[in-house]
Amino acid sequence: MITQTQSPIIEIAARGLAPFIQLLGIYVFFHGHYGPGGGFQGGVLLAAGVLLLRMSMGSVHSQAHVSSKKTVALCALGAFIFAATGIIAILGGGEFMDYHYLPVPFLEGPDLRYYGILFVELGITMAVMTGLVAIYDDVLGIGHAGTN
Amino acid sequence: MQFITNFLGVLLVLGGALFMLAGSIGLVRFPDVYCRAHAATKVDTLGIMLFVLGLVFFVGFSLTSLKMILVAAFVALTAPVAAHALSRRALIHGVKPWSKKQKEG
Repeated sequence: MITQTQSPIIEIAARGLAPFIQLLGIYVFFHGHYGPGGGFQGGVLLAAGVLLLRMSMGSVHSQAHVSSKKTVALCALGAFIFAATGIIAILGGGEFMDYHYLPVPFLEGPDLRYYGILFVELGITMAVMTGLVAIYDDVLGIGHAGTN
Repeated sequence: MQFITNFLGVLLVLGGALFMLAGSIGLVRFPDVYCRAHAATKVDTLGIMLFVLGLVFFVGFSLTSLKMILVAAFVALTAPVAAHALSRRALIHGVKPWSKKQKEG
């Protein structure tokens, strides 16, 4: 029962608002070190921007923004980034998620930990955002039939 | 100066509370979907906007108050659109607007 709405008010408002929601999501993602926020919350905000477009413009017209075919693959890639960072730290000689042992050149001590956490958060954000969009698409049956 | 900003803050928060009260009464007592959506949107836009702008006067000029002003702007942008979407959907799906003649007949 989701079709492209004939009302220009809803469509224009959603199209104008979605980039700001996603900008806020990126801000929350990068602000996770210093205050409330982090990968999961940033990913949920990014997914909210996509889902707003999915609901207001219809599932066919919003494919150009985030395609339904790529969501599951990107979700798997995000989970892989998260797990691989931890396992590479084990291979480097430390424990799981011990960023100090990541084999990255030109980075030492606190810097290495900072960027290690940021990389893991990037994986979480990617997995959460595309996972939520994939759940929405799957519930509506968008990816299978190719239409609404 | 402190007195003036506090006075303005209290004034705005009380105004927001007044709108909240009017909207809540309307939400309970109005007869059909459209009137209720109208009342609920009044609460969302003006009530919350006045509340947040009143709190800005208490906080003073800082990054926090800038974020509060952004909250007010986004509420002003989204609440009328939400009410429009709600009542438009109700009209398409055949909910008839309330009228006095309809009630008597």
